[in-house]
Amino acid sequence: MLIRHPDEIAPSEITPRELYLDRRRFLALGAAGALLSADALAALTARKSVYSTAEKANSLKDITGYNNFYEFGTDKADPAAYAGAFRPRPWTVTVDGEVMRPRTFSLDELMKLAPLEERVYRLRCVEGWSMVIPWIGFPLSALLKQVQPTSRGKYVAFETVMRPNEMPGQRSRVLAWPYREGLRIDEAMHPLAILAVGLYGDVLPNQNGAPIRLVVPWKYGFKSIKSIVRIRLVEKPPATSWNLATPNEYGFYSNVNPAVDHPRWSQARERRIGEFFKRDTLPFNGYGSQVAQLYRGMDLKANF
Amino acid sequence: MDAHSQALGGAARSSANEWLGRRLPWLKAALFLVCLLPLARAAWLLAAGEPTNPIEFITRSTGTWTLVMLLATLAVSPLRRATGWGQLLRLRRLLGLFAFFYASLHFTTYFWLDQFFDWAAIARDIVKRPFVTLGFAAFCLMLPLALTSTDAAMRRLKRRWGQLHALVYPLAVLAVLHYAWLVKKDLSQPLAYGAVLFVLLAERALRRWLASRRA
Ligand code: HEM
Repeated sequence: MLIRHPDEIAPSEITPRELYLDRRRFLALGAAGALLSADALAALTARKSVYSTAEKANSLKDITGYNNFYEFGTDKADPAAYAGAFRPRPWTVTVDGEVMRPRTFSLDELMKLAPLEERVYRLRCVEGWSMVIPWIGFPLSALLKQVQPTSRGKYVAFETVMRPNEMPGQRSRVLAWPYREGLRIDEAMHPLAILAVGLYGDVLPNQNGAPIRLVVPWKYGFKSIKSIVRIRLVEKPPATSWNLATPNEYGFYSNVNPAVDHPRWSQARERRIGEFFKRDTLPFNGYGSQVAQLYRGMDLKANF
Repeated sequence: MDAHSQALGGAARSSANEWLGRRLPWLKAALFLVCLLPLARAAWLLAAGEPTNPIEFITRSTGTWTLVMLLATLAVSPLRRATGWGQLLRLRRLLGLFAFFYASLHFTTYFWLDQFFDWAAIARDIVKRPFVTLGFAAFCLMLPLALTSTDAAMRRLKRRWGQLHALVYPLAVLAVLHYAWLVKKDLSQPLAYGAVLFVLLAERALRRWLASRRA
């Protein structure tokens, strides 16, 4: 049941449900939902956000069928094929390190930290394709404020769950598991950085990083770590998975930057999924007016 | 094995070979259709709107099948030697030309659908991106082989035809390197193709070495 308040618009109103969910899929989602707890069962209600783009969102089929989530395999069809056995509930996230009040949060507690918002964001993959995705989530800053970072908490380190039994990709050593990512504290506190718990009006599908993931829209997609179980405030830049794997190709910052090519391919343009022609890639993925000041005075070629 | 069964084996072998020779037009037609199946499958999936990123799908599908056809072409001679079926050799040109056919589709996809005739960008890519350089080099090496694939060219070039067509070996190595260089992290696929190529090349090297020792 959706209970609407005047200022709350269910994301499902923006694209009519039947347009992005075919009937069979809808029934399947319903059946899966019946296994979850009561509040997960409810379609998520979220308010609109000024941070959303007006661009047309990709279909749920595109967003849930074409994923890089190496924990489920390296092919982009693998996550949709193999994420079915993953159990996103019950779930907790431990936040500790350089903080005044370390704490473990249940998923329900996390979802009540701040009002859920729909954030329609562009996502630019480092491979040269992009999508527009209607996430539902809340600012990462809302969580960090709860634990009160100390002055030594200069960076935020994230870790994905380690479950080789449910995540077949973790049984092979393509990356050093568990997946790790990191942000500088000012990046993490930026209002555009969110923890997403849903998309298109529902809880996150497993292949999109259920039950909770980071979304930092001005950075390449791999920075937006999925299925987070641990967040640690640290003093030094934390190790990150892709940087560990190939340091000359994936830097700590990994801001979307058309002027800095990947060593093996160009980043000047991108193919928006669903479009025929490539389009120009924008600095900071088009979020420069909001985030460029975070990097003032920095050499973005050296700090790629 | 005694002399009797050896003779029987030889007889079976040559009769199989004769059968292949008699059925050659049919075999060629069947192989032709089989070689078109990947294209039909890709067209079917595209028409059904299946691939989320259609241009990437076409690029990968045509690239993969170029490589498969190339390795199949290289497998003909070892297979012929192993079975003694000399007639197999007469299917090789078809496979080689299909490798060229899929490579042409692959390259066309790249400069048309992917780069949309942006020749400056294409030239930059070929110079700057090792994986494109390698693919392009492999394709360029295919051109003279495809152009001299006719019976007439074979007669005209005589011994030099064989020397020219030995280009297929470096070409295949370049193709596998092209693949290995483009994957983001998971090398398992290019390594698998590389392993097949290694076996095919090692068989030839070993045979040469044995022949030189006997001589
Ligand atoms: C003999 C010639 C060639 C062979 C055997 C070949 C083979 C391949 C293979 C196996 C793939 C990967 C398929 C996959 O990911 O599943 C590929 C991808 C690709 N090839 Fe080629 N290729 C050849 C020539 C070329 C040429 C001439 C170009 C362009 C100048 C080219 C550009 C590309 C591109 C852009 C990709 C896709 C990269 C990506 O998806 O990120 N290739 N090729």
